Amino acid sequence: MSIIVGEDTKLVVSGLTGREGTFHGLRNRDYGTDVVAGVTPGKGGQDVDGIPVFDTIKEAVDERGANTSMIFVPARFAAAAIEEAIDAGIETVIAITEGIPVLDMMRVYWKAKEKGVRLVGPNCPGVLSPGKANVGIIPAQFFDKGPIGVVSKSGTLTYQIGNELKQAGMGNSSIVGIGGDPIVGSDFIDILKLYEADDETEMIVMVGEIGGDAEERAADFIAESISKPVVAYIAGFTAPPGKQMGHAGAIISGSSGTAQAKKEALEAKGVRVGQSPTETAQIAVEVMKSLG
Amino acid sequence: MDLLEYQGKQLFAKHGVPVPTGKHAASVDDAVAAANEIGYPCVVKAQVAIGGRGKAGGVKVAKDEAEARAHAEAILGMDIKGFTVHDLWIEQASDIDAEHYASIILDRSEKKLLAMVTRMGGMDVEEVAATDPDALIKRHIEPGDSMDPEFAKQVVKDAGIDEDVIDKVAEMLLKLDEVVRTEDATLIEINPLIVTKDRDVVALDSKATIDNNALYRHPEIAELRDKSAEDPLEAMAKEKGLTYVKLDGNVGILANGAGLCMSTLDVVAQAGGAPANFLDAGGGSKAEAIVDALEVITSDPKVTAILFNIFGGITRCDEIAKGIVEASQQIEIKVPLVVRLDGTNQEEGLAILADADLPNLHQEKTMLGAAQKVVELAGGAS
Repeated sequence: MSIIVGEDTKLVVSGLTGREGTFHGLRNRDYGTDVVAGVTPGKGGQDVDGIPVFDTIKEAVDERGANTSMIFVPARFAAAAIEEAIDAGIETVIAITEGIPVLDMMRVYWKAKEKGVRLVGPNCPGVLSPGKANVGIIPAQFFDKGPIGVVSKSGTLTYQIGNELKQAGMGNSSIVGIGGDPIVGSDFIDILKLYEADDETEMIVMVGEIGGDAEERAADFIAESISKPVVAYIAGFTAPPGKQMGHAGAIISGSSGTAQAKKEALEAKGVRVGQSPTETAQIAVEVMKSLG
Repeated sequence: MDLLEYQGKQLFAKHGVPVPTGKHAASVDDAVAAANEIGYPCVVKAQVAIGGRGKAGGVKVAKDEAEARAHAEAILGMDIKGFTVHDLWIEQASDIDAEHYASIILDRSEKKLLAMVTRMGGMDVEEVAATDPDALIKRHIEPGDSMDPEFAKQVVKDAGIDEDVIDKVAEMLLKLDEVVRTEDATLIEINPLIVTKDRDVVALDSKATIDNNALYRHPEIAELRDKSAEDPLEAMAKEKGLTYVKLDGNVGILANGAGLCMSTLDVVAQAGGAPANFLDAGGGSKAEAIVDALEVITSDPKVTAILFNIFGGITRCDEIAKGIVEASQQIEIKVPLVVRLDGTNQEEGLAILADADLPNLHQEKTMLGAAQKVVELAGGAS
């Protein structure tokens, strides 16, 4: 099955006419993703290498049947573009853009939730389902199709791990970059749920990093609701601790946000945590082999 | 971006949050002039982006000009937990009847704003949370438009604030909500929020953090950034568009991608090394960025070896290799450089390095191998 993107994806790229949007939009199409349209206000009627460009996402939905939207517009316009996609009836929004103000994202998050729209990102590399579709900037050549679902806060670190898995003869059902911003559309828990329900996924590799408590909450969720094996990697043991302004922050966070705290929380719930990307891939291979 | 106390108070004043009269001063003479203007008694307050100023002797009451001068002289230039005091805030002394606490903070876990109010102000609020949790009222604000006045009143009532000032404290909470929404603050904390003998309500301290991603729409706040507090290497890197954080060790590090860079630091530390810095070259880095990066890293005199850990996705290994070759022609790289190139255009990149045949350059295939090699070459502890 794979998750979030696949053979049914009909992609509209917000920002297709921009330099990055064009480069990655065409790359996604070359991979086999059905890129049905682009949107840039004021450029409706143009095309990018044969892909029709519209002024609004609604037109892309009505005329081209777009069901998935990739947001590649500058940070100051990105939240509005996400909201436009939600209003236009898009089912899945993948926001690549980095630098969106967090209070904008808070507003957008609740709007997506209210309308039942799946939002991934922002500040993420996107989603790749090997052999089916690639929406975003993940370099697909480093991943094979296979039974391991990957969910990660990071970009290049994920490619490193994916490549090590590939070299060990292991592939992935999907690779989901959830992004590293404080408020993201889909947390680890949201993606773990999808992998648990996906018949092509046999185990999950989770890549986290310092900040917030998403990994800790995922650990609890894994213990309660995930039957498939999970292996994790956490980056940031050597990062200097952020200084805290005021004391309010210490009250709300269920965790100190350190890599050590995340590792401990995951191990306490039976998730093996690799010391390095290489070791993490090795553990995943070991687990896959033991599944027989 | 963290605001200094006086910057936060100026922001509050802009939105009608009651704050004591005050003036900023960056020299002893200015401080004395300000104190004379404000009148006595006044308070001479160190302005640094860290707590514990009072305990460090950075907040002193002056009852006349001589004391104002003495305090200003003592406090300016003082080191408070690693921060040097460059700025003072001279403030009218307040008649304090009671000290409370109010804050609004972004709860990223719940993806909502959280309002907190307690009667027990003027102390560490974590202590209140630990010893008397019922005294700390914590309520998430429903996402949507501004805070509901009824919500504000209820929080304040439940916190047990005196009846006669409930409306004023609720009003202040509503104004804090306005500051958060219009100024893109992710944290506003007032501790203490005082009730004066005249039963007025005043924000006696201010801690405020503004979302860095939103600074583009608050140019006047962006300008307040304290450039003198920045490390010169970090400032240099920022100007070149690099994300660089200076650490304490002797192994210089560059990687493409923040997660990969953090991971590289971890792996170097595990191999027994001490990272000298974090440097994310970012996606799609071109040769010029690599030249800039090497310039920054080699400007750190503690660095005795450098590791380039590249897994090219969008970033191309041949571009990185070109950058390394160019850099070695433009600047003197006196220390060994360990390079690990993997991913996009790996072959082309390795060929470029082989052709250039740079002395002092060591090529490694794997991330772990590269980390071990660079630690070996860096030699003992820094």
